[in-house]
Amino acid sequence: MTETILKIVVSGLLNGGIYALIAMGLSLQYGVAKVLNIAHGEFIMLGALITWTLYTGFGINPLLSLAISGPLLFVIGFVLHRTLFTSLKNRSPSPAALEGNSLLVAFGLMFIIQNIAILRWSALGKSYKYLDTVVWVAGTAFRVNRLVALAVAVGVGVTFYLFLTRSRPGKAIRAAAQDPGTAGLMGININRVLPLCFGLGAFLAGLAGLLISMCYTGSTPFMGLSNTVIALIVVVLGGLGSIPGSFIGGLILGLIGSIVSNWDTALVLVAFYAIFMILLLIRPVGIFGKK
Amino acid sequence: MDITRFIPTNRKLLLVGLLILIIFLTTFPLYSKEYYIRLMAIIFMYIVLAVSWAMFSGPTGYMSLAPAAFFGVGVYTAALLYQLKGPLLPLPAVIVVGSLASFMLAFLTGLVTLRLKGIYFAIFTFGLVVFLKELINYLEITVSKVGGRHISYVSNTTVFYILLGICVATLLTAYFIRRSRLGLAMQSIGGNEEAAAHMGVNTTRVKILTFAISAVFMGAAGATTAPRLVYVDPGLAFNVTYSFIPILMAVFGGMGTLYGPVIGAAVFAYTEIRLRQQYPYYYMLTWGIILIIIIFFLPAGLAGLIPKLRDRLGGPISKLWKGGKAEEHAHT
Repeated sequence: MTETILKIVVSGLLNGGIYALIAMGLSLQYGVAKVLNIAHGEFIMLGALITWTLYTGFGINPLLSLAISGPLLFVIGFVLHRTLFTSLKNRSPSPAALEGNSLLVAFGLMFIIQNIAILRWSALGKSYKYLDTVVWVAGTAFRVNRLVALAVAVGVGVTFYLFLTRSRPGKAIRAAAQDPGTAGLMGININRVLPLCFGLGAFLAGLAGLLISMCYTGSTPFMGLSNTVIALIVVVLGGLGSIPGSFIGGLILGLIGSIVSNWDTALVLVAFYAIFMILLLIRPVGIFGKK
Repeated sequence: MDITRFIPTNRKLLLVGLLILIIFLTTFPLYSKEYYIRLMAIIFMYIVLAVSWAMFSGPTGYMSLAPAAFFGVGVYTAALLYQLKGPLLPLPAVIVVGSLASFMLAFLTGLVTLRLKGIYFAIFTFGLVVFLKELINYLEITVSKVGGRHISYVSNTTVFYILLGICVATLLTAYFIRRSRLGLAMQSIGGNEEAAAHMGVNTTRVKILTFAISAVFMGAAGATTAPRLVYVDPGLAFNVTYSFIPILMAVFGGMGTLYGPVIGAAVFAYTEIRLRQQYPYYYMLTWGIILIIIIFFLPAGLAGLIPKLRDRLGGPISKLWKGGKAEEHAHT
């Protein structure tokens, strides 16, 4: 009995760590830059496929390849916000119109990124083996790459939290999330902070993609949307715009997933969406969100 | 006395044009190849989806990502009631059941979600599509032990005429809603919901009603199109693409007018059939770029281009016309 519970908890946390990482980027992009980036999963997909290319083509260690894919995705995200979403913000008459229009632009981006990826990598699944060995913890087998992924996710989550609460750019980001207008008046360069958030969101997505390609087989250019959906569920669970919320929400979702799959694997996604929709109805601001 | 004298010339031209279009479309299957009949049917299907999406989301500004849910309910109704191994109901009845099921789903969704503001509504409707897909998939596999269902055969011509009918019904409904108090109420909600509520508009009722009405046509289109798919499983029926494409078409054509989504749907469907087979990825890539360009430079869509062009070209043409006359005068 205790062994089953331990197994459920650990495997839940292993999945949950990746869910948390997927969601933190989206939360940052929506919470501060007010872009509901439906193309978020496409950045995850890019992260996964770039890692695959670097590892199988150039023999670069997947974990170290973040030094290449991370800055690359950050720059793409930064530039996209600086060009597209900033000018959209200047054109939109109201916050509601901005949200609607940026959803549509993100939508276009989704088509563009996905199809460029198909042209570059083809639609076939890409897999590689890295740290694919098994360790035994308390009588249960766990893959090393999963454990590494959880460690990375926790490390990044804590680092990000400290960055947001302790550093000056982090404080600027939080100020901009609360009230962009006032933050601007306080001397924060909004046109730099918002693209920064968007770029950091893309960076986190790339890191999540890296870990996904390491832990799961068969990364394809079509993997984006399902990851976007998971991110949306976690973000709603934790509260749109709350980084700790996304982190804990991800872990909770992972636990729910492993509890349900212990009972019936086919019900996991049904349970995710059911929780997601019930939560949206009862408490749309999420567990950690503020009214 | 000639009655037509009372109708202004512009309107007369429009009526004549509509009449020709109606004759052309109703006789179309008589002299066309099977391929073109199918193509037209697909165009009608997309017009229904785009116009009914724009019917609700255009004026209110509430981004619904649920068309695939309502379309899928229609498709799956046909998959259950119109199977190859023995249809339970005749096709018209299946279509009615499909649209009613969509109506009910939209009504319930509206009842619980339309109090949600802006972006939460979009997220919820998006979740609805994937939720239905997974739920029905689970039920099919565990309860009825099938992965999918084969649907009974219906000829292209029949599908063509039914979709034409649904298309006309959608357009007429959209037209009358635009001109009614309901349409005005929706526009006031899109402008400023709180102000609309203060002016006495029952915003929740207006939103639920139009949301449910728009779902009827999507469900009907789904039930009619299902036989053309031959084989249906939950993944095919509740494909999120059916949510994305109508939005793309409506934005491309222009949501502000009735004919905008029609133009968008026709252009998209035609190019899809012509180009997608050969260049599937470049095709969607190009549409992604077009979508972004439209949002930035043509917020009113292609339909917004028409008055602009008329203004641009109208000046020089009339000047040319007058200039020519003046010259003529000078010569005499």
